[in-house]
Amino acid sequence: MAQREVIVGSRVGLHARPAALFVKTVSAQPVKMTIRKGDGAPVDARSILRVLALGAKHGDTVVLEADGEGAEEALDAVATVVAEDHDDPA
Amino acid sequence: MTAPDTPRTLHGIGVSPGLAAGPVALMGDAPSLPVERPAVTNQSAEADAAVAALTVTAEQLERRAATTAIPGAAEVLEATAMIARDPSLHDPIRSATAGGLPAAWAVDRAVDEFRALLLDLGGYMAERVGDLDDVRDRTIARLLGKPMPGVPERDTPFILVADDLAPADTVTLDAERVLALVTARGGPTSHTAILARSLGLPAVVACPGATSIGEGELVEVDGATGQVRVGVSADEAAEANRQEAGRRAARASSRGPGRTSDGHPVALLLNIGDEAGAASVAAVDAEGVGLFRTEFLYLDRKDAPSVDEQVALYTSVFEAMGDRRIVVRTLDAGADKPLPFLDQKGEPNPALGVRGLRIARRAPQVLTDQLAALARAQQATGAVVWVMAPMVSTAAEAQWFADLARAEGLPMAGAMVEVPAASLRAADLLEHVDFLSIGTNDLAQYTMAADRMSGDLADLLDPWQPALLDLVRMTAEAGAAAGKPVGVCGEAAASPTLAPVLVGLGITSLSMSASAVADVREALATVTLAECRDLALRALGEGGDGS
Repeated sequence: MAQREVIVGSRVGLHARPAALFVKTVSAQPVKMTIRKGDGAPVDARSILRVLALGAKHGDTVVLEADGEGAEEALDAVATVVAEDHDDPA
Repeated sequence: MTAPDTPRTLHGIGVSPGLAAGPVALMGDAPSLPVERPAVTNQSAEADAAVAALTVTAEQLERRAATTAIPGAAEVLEATAMIARDPSLHDPIRSATAGGLPAAWAVDRAVDEFRALLLDLGGYMAERVGDLDDVRDRTIARLLGKPMPGVPERDTPFILVADDLAPADTVTLDAERVLALVTARGGPTSHTAILARSLGLPAVVACPGATSIGEGELVEVDGATGQVRVGVSADEAAEANRQEAGRRAARASSRGPGRTSDGHPVALLLNIGDEAGAASVAAVDAEGVGLFRTEFLYLDRKDAPSVDEQVALYTSVFEAMGDRRIVVRTLDAGADKPLPFLDQKGEPNPALGVRGLRIARRAPQVLTDQLAALARAQQATGAVVWVMAPMVSTAAEAQWFADLARAEGLPMAGAMVEVPAASLRAADLLEHVDFLSIGTNDLAQYTMAADRMSGDLADLLDPWQPALLDLVRMTAEAGAAAGKPVGVCGEAAASPTLAPVLVGLGITSLSMSASAVADVREALATVTLAECRDLALRALGEGGDGS
């Protein structure tokens, strides 16, 4: 099982646009992926409702996990989305 | 079900002017589950039907997202579609149908689980409950064979009639399809009114009996008088739309300086942000520029632009002015849009932090360089250049800025009025500056303590709020007493309905986007100064009927 620990970069947390972008990116990957916050239970990363319900805020650490061929690349792609701030109003 | 022989007339408040006629489409109500629950014969078929209906809901939302021309709407629609596609709704649906529930009831139960989860989280997350409800209502309506909730989808243009419109309903409103809005509830500052004005749609709110109008009935809506004629003939409807098209065409070709019908002059100016904007001044026959935003020179760069670089740019903008006036606002940046060379620290509350003229407390060179460059470009072109500072709060700040500008050889120095303190002490500011310009968007934000980016607080930020208009009047009266001009350069100046009110409050110039000039010019030409003053009193709640 490959995994990544990422700090949420979005100012509003994994909510609204960042959450939608996250699920969109996960859904485009060839492997199944889970996300958990801290020591919480892992949830299906393709589920926008589960991702929202994590309540992951700016600066929280989340753990992404995936298995199988292409897992490393998939995790890298998704981790980048989590770490970026998409709500820069400028 | 019987059509009346003659049209009947309903009366509401006209909040966005214009005439439109067409068939009515009623806002769809959220479907409710019937009290009698049908028995289930095939549990897995019910589950499949529920999941299939969710997928159709998602597809329909995605199709609308792909075709909408409304800014921001695609994102909202896509996010809602994503909920309809959420695989974690499927397990609770299957366990509900396994327990004997029909498809629609299973969707309701599955959604309820997540509703509770999001509501528990509160704040931002709880706001998504509206999207979840939307998905549930659409899917249940489909499963029960009921009409779709929300703004109706039609291939031909219609007049939207609703009890009231919520922000969630209106984000996807298609101005191409909707001819006019009529609501039974709401008021001049309601979301419906604000939306209608921003889309330029005729609208009548607070119209009792609106929801008694039948689906498909032909109505004629007058967004100025608030009259809604129900049951007009197809000929009458076509004639009303022909008249309105003629009026719109006449407005589009209007020229000349702004004045009321009895000749009181009101300068019509443009808000511009670059050289391209300067070129449109002649195209719409505006009397000059009332707000030249200079931020574009500074954004996205590591170092401050040099004086020479600025001179070259200002010169080309000033040349496009001819003998028209141009009011230049000096750099307006803040911690929400930090500039690398200013070394701005993050601030917990950037709107209340070091922004506008306050930046010059830390980096005076940036301001003096800009003023020097403006003066050189003015000398090179002979243009009529006024300069003003953003975010002035006190007379001392106004004096400091005016002294700096005059020292560089710029004779006309002014201050923006965006902070209530500047309004309250406008007379003191005017002892030092030559003019004032009211930025209604920021003034509304600081008066109502409501973030101007917050869609939920749109009613507080509405420029019709009497408290905001009080501050406008106070500032204009100080200007009149000092014999100095006071303009408005916020969104409010671009509203054909609000412009006469602002003039009635004593405003001497209105600065707006190029697209708004013709409508505002036309609106002013239809009223006398006395009528403007009467409208102003009414807007402040001081004018009585029959006065």
